[in-house]
Amino acid sequence: MISFKLTEEQEVVRDALHDFAEQALRPAARDADEESKLPEELLAQSWELGLVSTQLPEAFGGGGEARSPITNAIVAEELAWGDPALAIAALAPAAFAFALADQGSEDQRREHLPAFCGDSYHAASLAVVEPGPVFDPRLPRTLAEPKGDAFVLSGAKSFVVLGDRASHFLVVARNNGGRDAFIVPRDAEGLSISEPEKNLGLKALPTVTLELERVEVPAAARLGEAAGCDVQRILDGSRAALSALMTGLSRAALEFCVPYAKEREAFGEAIAQKQAIAFRLADMHVETECQRWLTWKAASQLEHGRDATVACHQARAYAAEKTMWIADQGVQVLGGHGFIREHPVEMWYRGARTLGVLEGIVSL
Amino acid sequence: MIDFEPTPHDAKVLAAVREQALICRNYARYYDENEHEFPPDQLPEANDHKNPYVLLMQGRSDQDTTLGVIAMLISMGETWGDYSVRMQRGKGALGNAALGAAGTPEQQEKWGGLTLAMAITEPGCGSDPSKVQTTAVLDEATNEWVINGEKIFVTTGCRAEGVVIWATIDKSAGRAGIKSFLVEKETPGFVVAAKEKKLGIRADDTAAYVFQDCRVPRENLLGGNEEIPKAGSGGFKGVMKTFNMTRPGVAAIGLGMAEAALDFTREQLEAAGVDLSYGGSEHGQSAAAARFQRLERELEASKLSILRAAWLSDMGQSNNLEASVCKAKTGTAVREITQGCIELLGPMAVSREHLLEKWFRDVRITDIYEGTGEIQRMITARALLDYTRAELN
Repeated sequence: MISFKLTEEQEVVRDALHDFAEQALRPAARDADEESKLPEELLAQSWELGLVSTQLPEAFGGGGEARSPITNAIVAEELAWGDPALAIAALAPAAFAFALADQGSEDQRREHLPAFCGDSYHAASLAVVEPGPVFDPRLPRTLAEPKGDAFVLSGAKSFVVLGDRASHFLVVARNNGGRDAFIVPRDAEGLSISEPEKNLGLKALPTVTLELERVEVPAAARLGEAAGCDVQRILDGSRAALSALMTGLSRAALEFCVPYAKEREAFGEAIAQKQAIAFRLADMHVETECQRWLTWKAASQLEHGRDATVACHQARAYAAEKTMWIADQGVQVLGGHGFIREHPVEMWYRGARTLGVLEGIVSL
Repeated sequence: MIDFEPTPHDAKVLAAVREQALICRNYARYYDENEHEFPPDQLPEANDHKNPYVLLMQGRSDQDTTLGVIAMLISMGETWGDYSVRMQRGKGALGNAALGAAGTPEQQEKWGGLTLAMAITEPGCGSDPSKVQTTAVLDEATNEWVINGEKIFVTTGCRAEGVVIWATIDKSAGRAGIKSFLVEKETPGFVVAAKEKKLGIRADDTAAYVFQDCRVPRENLLGGNEEIPKAGSGGFKGVMKTFNMTRPGVAAIGLGMAEAALDFTREQLEAAGVDLSYGGSEHGQSAAAARFQRLERELEASKLSILRAAWLSDMGQSNNLEASVCKAKTGTAVREITQGCIELLGPMAVSREHLLEKWFRDVRITDIYEGTGEIQRMITARALLDYTRAELN
């Protein structure tokens, strides 16, 4: 049945997370960006919200609630409205944990999931993107070679979030013509982790490049063990999540521009009273709405266990294009002030460009 | 719960719509090239097919998609076949929506069975209907309204049995003086001029009207209220409410043709060996595939925005803003989609051997009628900014 109806619970979650984004994330966003540093107390606070553990199985200490990609999409939009970098820091551990919960073997789940159900923030990350241009996640260049009862991983991964602290990385690699994901501990021999990188946007987020030089992992480190896993499912979930984050960023930019344009005067009236500005704001709203519906569709395909590859691909690609456009318009609406770091729009402009080229860092 | 999957019953109805649409498509080129003719009320194949809305109501449960939403998908499915040709033409037109929104129960009872066109636009006024020049003057001696003026671009204007027109009863009152009147065909002084010659939707019945001392009974004023509301009292807004469902509707009609264009283009590209699969990155694709998928996203975004506007209405919630949002989005998207499809396929696509060039012409009206894209952005911006008409115009 085609419906846009949120459940009552989803409405409650949306409102609560919006308050958190407004009161905790937004005020911390600028300093975190300037200092390229995650506010640790904020991570602890976000951990208490149970964003990661609520939907993990009770058997491992989780809340035991059913996974709801739709609810998670609503959460991601609200948090990213507050700040996308801080939202990713809060949500990225769930991408690792959900992949294990969904596709890990019983042993893998028992070994890794309890850490995400504890009282303190626990980081682990997906490692999907690779350095160099024209990366295609269907054809990773990182290779896994079987060697007896083990796999040898060679290659490199970039924009691995929380790389300064992640206990494990879930590394996507090509294996025998197909794709697989491998659980690699940060102290694995042959794995070098770069210093946190300095990026254009999402500066608060510590990202690293991983060099895998013949890293040997046991066969039991292959996600799903002998059965392997569906890497596309991980990518689909991450694309829908990125799309939700970008929707939040777009909405933030629009909602900042509306009051600004009503206050700022030029030639005797508010600039919002001029069609050049008013129509721009209208289109920003139109595209923010469309991003949200595409995100919801992708999330609902995931939630109902239907083939989600097309919907997730469409949602991410659409959001990437339109969010960049919206953030760009946001700077233009503010004019010279849009270029000044006193206002958040330049931060969103950098954030939009950064988010739009990512894969596999968050998930629903 | 949020979901975008049609139920089995929805799917059955939509499949029947598509099946009929494909048959209608066989007649599309003929009526495009013979624009002085009207497609028949019923095709020869009609006896083998049920009206989609009859199918929809049979065996429907409250677990199925709500009526406004499914109606949008039915409209898309119909125009996916052709803009004008229908297996069986239903009664009713835009004027019926106006009658439903503004007419008294007696008026609805009296005229509801007629197909009613809606005449707003005049040679000198389009997007700004408050500048309507057609006048209606009350002749108290006979209890009749005397109507004078011209109306153009009247959809279904030739075949309608009556028309709802906008006329002013007091020019000095501006928008507040505008009232809706029902004029039946054959009323003396009401002349239907010839069908217009157009870029696209050529089979569509688009008429021009002249009213010359045309007299209608006093009770033909829709809603019956002869008073002129004070400025800002919202009387005009009530009249504009007609558009809250018709805007998503015309957006859906346009989008059905854009979908037809994309389906044709996909078929041709795949036959030529272009890989259009999803899941990878744009960088691993051909430029044609990346371009095509971008157009598919524009379609999907437009469609969801239309369904959103219809769904709000089904829930009894206001959708004034969303009706404009989906119309603005779709009006732009269908132009881009059909222009892009022709570019992707190259010279073969401009041949009249195929229908793509027709869809390219047909969809262009989507961003013009029922409020241009600019008007939709104006409405959207006013809502966002909480501005009155005086503050943003």
